[in-house]
Amino acid sequence: MRPTLPSLIHILVPVKRSIDYAVKIRVASDQKGVDTSVKHSMNPFDEIAVEEAIKLRERSKELVESITAVSIGPAKSVDTIRTALAMGADTGIHITTPENVTVEPVSVAHALKAVVEKNKYDLIIMGKQAIDDDSGSTGGMLAGMLGWSQASFASKLEVESSGAVKVTREIDGGLEKLETKLPVIVTTDLRLNEPRFATLPNIMKAKKKKIESFKPEDLGLDFKPRMETISVSEPPVRQGGQKVESVDELISRMKSAGVV
Amino acid sequence: MSLRQCLASTSRATATKTRPRLTKSLCLPTLSGISRLCPTGPAPVHVRHASTLPQRSDRFNKLTKSHIGELRKLVGSSSSILSTLDGSATEDDLKTYNNDWMNKYHGKSQVVARPRSTEEVSKIMTWCYENDIAVVPQGGNTGLVGGSNPIHDELIISLSSLNSVRSFDPVSGVLVADAGMVLESADGYLAEKGFIYPLDLGAKGSCQIGGCVATNAGGLRLLRYGSLHGSVLGLEVVLPDGKIWNGLSTLRKDNTGFDLKQLFIGSEGSIGIITGISILCPRRSSSTNVAVFSLSSYEDVQKVFSETKTHLGEILSAFEFFDAASYALVRRMQKHHGEEPKKVFEQEGDFYVLIETSGSNAEHDEEKLTNFVEHLMTSEMVLDGVLAQDTTQAHSLWSLRELITEACTKLGAAFKYDLSTAPGEMYDLVEQMRARLTEKGLLKGDWEGDVGAVVGFGHMGDGNLHLNIVAKQFSEKIQDVIEPFVYEMVKEKGGSISAEHGLGSMKAPYIGYTKSETSIEMMKQIKQMFDPKGLMNPYKYIV
Repeated sequence: MRPTLPSLIHILVPVKRSIDYAVKIRVASDQKGVDTSVKHSMNPFDEIAVEEAIKLRERSKELVESITAVSIGPAKSVDTIRTALAMGADTGIHITTPENVTVEPVSVAHALKAVVEKNKYDLIIMGKQAIDDDSGSTGGMLAGMLGWSQASFASKLEVESSGAVKVTREIDGGLEKLETKLPVIVTTDLRLNEPRFATLPNIMKAKKKKIESFKPEDLGLDFKPRMETISVSEPPVRQGGQKVESVDELISRMKSAGVV
Repeated sequence: MSLRQCLASTSRATATKTRPRLTKSLCLPTLSGISRLCPTGPAPVHVRHASTLPQRSDRFNKLTKSHIGELRKLVGSSSSILSTLDGSATEDDLKTYNNDWMNKYHGKSQVVARPRSTEEVSKIMTWCYENDIAVVPQGGNTGLVGGSNPIHDELIISLSSLNSVRSFDPVSGVLVADAGMVLESADGYLAEKGFIYPLDLGAKGSCQIGGCVATNAGGLRLLRYGSLHGSVLGLEVVLPDGKIWNGLSTLRKDNTGFDLKQLFIGSEGSIGIITGISILCPRRSSSTNVAVFSLSSYEDVQKVFSETKTHLGEILSAFEFFDAASYALVRRMQKHHGEEPKKVFEQEGDFYVLIETSGSNAEHDEEKLTNFVEHLMTSEMVLDGVLAQDTTQAHSLWSLRELITEACTKLGAAFKYDLSTAPGEMYDLVEQMRARLTEKGLLKGDWEGDVGAVVGFGHMGDGNLHLNIVAKQFSEKIQDVIEPFVYEMVKEKGGSISAEHGLGSMKAPYIGYTKSETSIEMMKQIKQMFDPKGLMNPYKYIV
């Protein structure tokens, strides 16, 4: 008797449109945020997530059924979804938010939970943090909300057709190896892979791929912020150090500075 | 030297080599002892190479220890004069000043002056004039034709300590700055204000804006921002007799007499030392995009160029091309370094094109570019392509082009030529050179011959080809096969033997391949007028 084939897995990859990694950040004039009129692109860790999903499919063609990219953000987030599609994702989901409203990590986690409950996913690969807020909390919160295993800061990911998952994690002091099984949330770290370029034929194919769009109300979501940013300022300008010629001078300087 | 004596010595010199097309030659007084056939056509007899440089002229005095004492009195800081003559520096300390970037030319100067103000430059130059001391003005010393380092013991005047911004007008975009400012620093200053320096080249981290003006540097953005002859509005120059000419105007339009600054732009330090620059800077584009394509033929490259100008017109800021050999060279270098180069194309080609757009409206530009690349793919003018999705990817794609120069130097001994012709004819030069080297048995198989690779790349938009022949090691034999063949090829096409690198020491003997007798005569008159003693950067440029 032939063994029953395990079902193919559906991968969800959340992607965020954030300020481009190479842009020099400046505090906004109202001092409540940063200047966002600069170049934006996909969060680099999310790029790595998309790449990993595609690599999984390339490594074992019978494993992956679909790769869906999802983004929660204003209208322009569609560009970020298209980039994911151009890299090789199959379909996109866009949950629209109003312009200039910061969506907090807990709201993102709620939104992703709603998406997961709507469709069936087995594996979520997401960036460990976004480079604009560096909060690094969405993955963990989502795992908690869904009751799924989580493996964060992944530097290596292996998924077997049996559903077994092996993850190598980067932690302080070395590497940790985890074994778990689907469903799993994996958050990506830098050394997981090097994202590919989007080639023209794929960019053109991506235009024909479907992106479903939802308003927050459609999924019963509320993105009202719970936190208020009081102020954002630049770090103080670093004062130059000074060289002294002798130990005596050092001591007298320290005395006059009141530290000795 | 009388014309008769000159012609007599000329005929002795031409004994060994004759060329069919040589018509008339005009010999003019030279500074060095060796008479050189001044070419109006082919066949310069004295082929200049680093090992065969002109003799030191005894018009110039030699510097002594007491001279150093006098020099020190003229400058404000003792660190402004470095010399092996009084022990303030060792020979090693002076190496970076004495040697050129490619380590091909090794000067023997014993004194480097680093003045901190235009007045100090003037004092030093006046003193040199009074004492008949030859001088080499030096900026970043990144030139590729041996023009910025001493040939013998010329005193080096380095502009590195003159490096501040003097003023900037955020309405007109006019920047006035010291000549010794590093290009990257000047651009960094402007970036904060939302402007861009109208010049960009690979050496930006080391080259200085004064040196760029003195060599009329071209670079990657000439296509968009034009040449320095258009963007420089004024100059401050210390003349060979030490007088300061303040031509620092910030006016965009001023038709009152001869436009003197144009003489100094591209003069390679031969008629004055540029100490200050006033330049018109464009607004920095907020949206930049980069795309690279693989193509199957040079005809397709030209078609794409034409289409790009039509569809992307005003937002196009760079159009570079490189051949499969260049791409392979960069890959080879990366593998040697143990890097696994990231895959770019699904389908590689015989040619590659890099396009950059810069505009003020991101959505508009992206839409234009996306539609354009679709058009290129559907009409099959390109085999494949990649569009950068973020700034990091854009840099990565640019490096495919920018690393070629480095790859040439790292993988062997590079013979570099910088030529310009009509864009349609540029690649013929590469093919003809390959054919010649193959015929002579120097180029064969995969790095089997003495010559490993012949690569062609460059600023397609400006008709400027960089032709590099990468040999396993330098040899006179290879050089003799390449030169003067390369210059003759260019002359046949009515092109320039030095599109943007200048003449310096390396190409000065070949100027006749591109310029007529009359032109050269006029240039010599100008040199004579400004620098009758011939102190300023001798043995180079117009000799």
